[in-house]
Amino acid sequence: MSAPLLEVRGLRVEFPTRRGTLVAVDDVSFELAPGEILGMVGESGAGKSMTGMAIIGLLEPPGRVARGEIRLEGRRIDGLPDAEMRKLRGRRIGAVFQDPLTSLNPLYTVGRQLEETILAHLPADRAEARRRSLALLAEVGIPAPESRLDHYPHQFSGGMRQRVVIALALAAEPRLVIADEPTTALDVSLQAQIISLLRRLARERGAAVLLITHDMGVIAETADRVAVMYAGRLAEIGPVREVLKSPRHPYTVGLMGSIPRLQAGGKHHAPLVQIEGAMPRLTAIPPGCAFHPRCPRRFARCDAERPEPMAAGGALAACWLYDGPRR
Amino acid sequence: MRVRAALLRLWDHDLAHRFRSSPVAVVAALLTLACVGGAVFAPWVAPHHPFDLATLDLNDAFTPPAWTAKGSARFLLGTDDQGRDVLSTILYGARISLGVGLAAVLFSMALGVPLGLLAGYFGGRLDAVLMRLADVQLSFPAILIALLIDGVTRVVLPRELHDSIAVYVLVLAIGVSGWVQYARTVRGSTLVEKGKDYVLAARVIGRHPLAILLRHVLPNVMGPVLVIATIHVATAIVTEATLSFLGVGVPPTRPSLGTLVRIGNDFLLSGEWWIVVFPGVALVVLVLAVNLLGDWLRDALNPRLR
Amino acid sequence: MTDRAASSRPLVRVADVGRDFDVSRPWLNRVLEGAPRLRLRAVDGVSFEIAQGETLALVGESGCGKSTVARLLVGLYPLSRGRVEFDGVDLALAPPAEAARHRRRMQMIFQDPYASLNPRWRVRDIVAEPLRVLGLAATRGEERERVAALLAQVGLAPEDAEKYPHEFSGGQRQRVSIARALSGNPEFLLCDEPTSALDVSVQAQILNLMMTLQARLRLTYLFISHNLAVVAHVADRVGVMYLGRLVELASAAALFAAPRHPYTRMLLDAIPDLEMSGRPRTPVAGEVPNPLAPPAGCAFHPRCPHADARCRAERPALRAAPGGSVACHAVEEGRL
Repeated sequence: MSAPLLEVRGLRVEFPTRRGTLVAVDDVSFELAPGEILGMVGESGAGKSMTGMAIIGLLEPPGRVARGEIRLEGRRIDGLPDAEMRKLRGRRIGAVFQDPLTSLNPLYTVGRQLEETILAHLPADRAEARRRSLALLAEVGIPAPESRLDHYPHQFSGGMRQRVVIALALAAEPRLVIADEPTTALDVSLQAQIISLLRRLARERGAAVLLITHDMGVIAETADRVAVMYAGRLAEIGPVREVLKSPRHPYTVGLMGSIPRLQAGGKHHAPLVQIEGAMPRLTAIPPGCAFHPRCPRRFARCDAERPEPMAAGGALAACWLYDGPRR
Repeated sequence: MRVRAALLRLWDHDLAHRFRSSPVAVVAALLTLACVGGAVFAPWVAPHHPFDLATLDLNDAFTPPAWTAKGSARFLLGTDDQGRDVLSTILYGARISLGVGLAAVLFSMALGVPLGLLAGYFGGRLDAVLMRLADVQLSFPAILIALLIDGVTRVVLPRELHDSIAVYVLVLAIGVSGWVQYARTVRGSTLVEKGKDYVLAARVIGRHPLAILLRHVLPNVMGPVLVIATIHVATAIVTEATLSFLGVGVPPTRPSLGTLVRIGNDFLLSGEWWIVVFPGVALVVLVLAVNLLGDWLRDALNPRLR
Repeated sequence: MTDRAASSRPLVRVADVGRDFDVSRPWLNRVLEGAPRLRLRAVDGVSFEIAQGETLALVGESGCGKSTVARLLVGLYPLSRGRVEFDGVDLALAPPAEAARHRRRMQMIFQDPYASLNPRWRVRDIVAEPLRVLGLAATRGEERERVAALLAQVGLAPEDAEKYPHEFSGGQRQRVSIARALSGNPEFLLCDEPTSALDVSVQAQILNLMMTLQARLRLTYLFISHNLAVVAHVADRVGVMYLGRLVELASAAALFAAPRHPYTRMLLDAIPDLEMSGRPRTPVAGEVPNPLAPPAGCAFHPRCPHADARCRAERPALRAAPGGSVACHAVEEGRL
C-alpha cells in the first residue's frame, strides 16, 4: 500500500464573527491516495468548499485553520507562509473552481495564461511552454488549438472555458487537483463531457482529485471514494459503490432517498423521502451528533456524545448505531 | 416595551456596530452634530445678536480675538468692521449655509430620484431623452449653471423682489445643478432591480407600474442615494459659499459663511486676519465633517467591502 | 367569484406562439457602424395544451426558451406570434377587464429564492399583496388570518409573518413564494425552476409540498426545469425544448421509457447514472449553437448522428407518434 498523497487529520476551520466563533469544518480527517478520486459531497454550508480552500491555502481571512494537520506527500502544508504556499499552488496542487468566467483573467489570452503558469513552475523556455500549452488544449478537447491559443476567455463558450480552466489547473503537472463544483454552472450535456474529461486526465496523469460537489450523480460517475459532509463534520466516508448503494449514516440514507430518479417515470410515483427540518446554522450546532434533531433513528446517546467515524459495513460512519456489536 | 426592543435592535444592528467601532465616523458625526446644533440653535447659543442693528456699537469694531493682547472676553473670536461678534456671525452664517445646503440637496433629490426611476423602469424614448438631457447638463460645471439661473432671475426680477427671494433662487439654482447624479444612480439601480424576480412577481400579481416603482423599487434603490446626498450636502455648502463669495449668492443682510469670507477677505492684508480666518475654518470643518460622514456611510453600506 | 374550467376543455392552450427579442445595438451605434438589426427568436412556433389538474413539464438546457414560454403565458412579455387561450378565452383579443380577470387565475413561482421576495418587505406584506390587490380580505383581521392560514399551508409558522426575507433559508423563502402565489386563489401555477437553487434535501421537501398542494387545491402546473430527474417525479406530460422549438411532447411514462427525439435521448443519456448500472454511454457531441444564428432546417442537425440532407434543409413539424409527438424527420421516416 503506497503512502497517501494527501493526509488531513483533525482539520478545524473557524471564522471568528461578532456573534461567536463559526466552525465551518469540525475535526475532519481523511486520506487521498495517488491517482484516486475522492468525492466530497454535502449541501450548502456543510463545509466541503471550506475543506478544499483550507487545503489549497485560500481561506479568506478572518477564516483560519484553527487545529489539525494537512500533509501533502508527507510534508505539512497547513500554516505555511504565503510565499511557500504560492509555490505549491500550481506545481503540486491545481484548482478548478465553479465559475469559468471568473477563474480566467479576461485581459490575457488563454495561451499567455497557460504559458505563464508553465514558466512559473516548470523548467522550460517560452517555446517549450507554448508547445506544452498547445498539447494541453488538445488534450482537454479544444478543437483547432493553434488558433485558440491566442484567443481571449470571452471568445470561448461556457463549456470550452471550463476545459481551459482544467488545462490551466493541469499545466504545471500537479499531483493533487482540487475541483470545487466544476460542473455546477454548466448544462447537463456539458457536465457529462467535463466529468469524463476530468476522470480521464486524472487516470492518465496519476493525479489525485478532490472533487467537491453537491451533486451525487457526478460523484456516482466519477469518484472512487466519497465523503459525505454535514454541518462541518464527516458523516460517512467509504467506497462510492458502498456508500451510494448501502448508505449507513441516517443522513446519507435520507439524502439518497431525497434525490429524484429518472426511474420514477411520472407524477404518480411515491413522494420523495424528505428529511424534516434543515441543516443547523454553523453558529448553533446541536450538542452530541449534529444530525440528531432530524434523525429518525436517534436514541439517548445521540444528543450527549459526538460520534467519531467508526466502521459500518464497508465504510466509516459517524453514528452511534454502529458502535459495539453488529446491529 | 416594543419601542425598547426596536431601539435595542437598532443599537445592535450591523451598521450601528460598524459606526461605533470606527473612530473617524464617531468624530465626524460628533463634529457634524456640533455644527448643526450650533447652527440650528444659533439664536439661543450665540453670545450676541450680530444682525440686530440696535445692539451694535461701532466702537467695538476690529476687536481682535480674546486671547490676544487687545482682545476682550466679550468677543471670543473678535469683531468685524461693523462691530459684529465673529463667533455669533459664524453661528448665524452656518445656519444659512446649512439651510441652503440641505434645501438644495432635498430639491436635487426630489427632482433626480423620480426622473431616474422613470428612466430606468420605462426605458425607451423617455430614458433616451432624460439621459441626453443629463449628459448635456453634465458638460457644464455646476457653478456655471447656478450662476446662470441666478443671473437670469436677477435680470428678470426687480431688485427688492429678488433680494427677498434670493435664498430660494439660490436653493433652486444649486438644486437644479445637482439632480443628474441622483438620476443616474437611481436609473442604474432601477435597471438592476427591474429584472429581479420580486418585481416580476408584482407584475404578475397585476400591480400598476407606478405602484411597483414606489412600493417595490424605490425602497431598494434609496441606499446609494443617501450616501450621495450626504456628500452632496458638503458640495452644496461649498457651492453656496462660492456663489456668496462671488457676490451672487445670499444678500449681505443675511450673510452665510461664504459671504463672511468675502467680507473678511478685504481686511486680510490690513492685519485683521480673524475676520476671514475663523469663518473660513468653520466652513472647512463643517464640510470636512459632513464629507467624512458620507465617506464612512458609503463604505459601510457597500456589501463588497464587508 | 371564481370560474372553474369546464372539464372537457383544456385549461391552457398555446398555439404556435413565438417571441422575438430585439438585441440590436443602440440606434446610434447601428447608424455609425452600419450594423444590421438583430432579432433573437427565443420561442419559435410552440404549441401544447394543459388539462385541468395536470402537470406539464417543459425541459431543456439554458437558452432553449422554456422560461420565455412561461413568461409569455403569464403576460410578462407580449406575444410576437401565436395565441394563448386560457379557459377558452384568447387573452390577447379579450377586452382588458376580462383578460385581467382571467390573468388573475394564474400565478407564478420563480427560481431564485433570494431575488423573488422584496428584501425590504415583511413576509406578511409579501404574502398579503395579492389579497390586497384583489380585494379578497375585507378587514385587517381577515387579512391576518388569511396570511396565517397560507403560511401554515406551506409549512411555516404564523410568527414568520413578521420577519424579513433575509431571516429565512432558501427553502423557507421558496415556501413564502408559494404562499404568495396561492394567496389569490389561482387555478394555474407556472413554476419556473422552483427548486433549482435549493439543496437536494430541501428540494425534496418543496417538491412534496407542491404535489400535496396540487392534489388538495386541484391546481394545474406548468413546471419548467432543466433537471429531468425532478421532472420524472412531478410531471404527467413532458415537453422537450431546443433552441426555442418543441422537439418532443409525450406522457412522462412514454418519454422516460422510450424517448424518440435524438436530443431527448442525448439529454437522458447525459444524466449521471446514480444507480451505477455501468450502462454504456454515447458521448455527447458539441454545444448548443448561438441562438442568434440557428442552423437551417432542423435546429439539432449539427449535433445529430442521424441527420441527413432533408434535416439540413427542412424544419421538421411536430407530428404524432406513439406516446406523444415528435419533431424529427428520422422518426417520421422510420429511420429511428
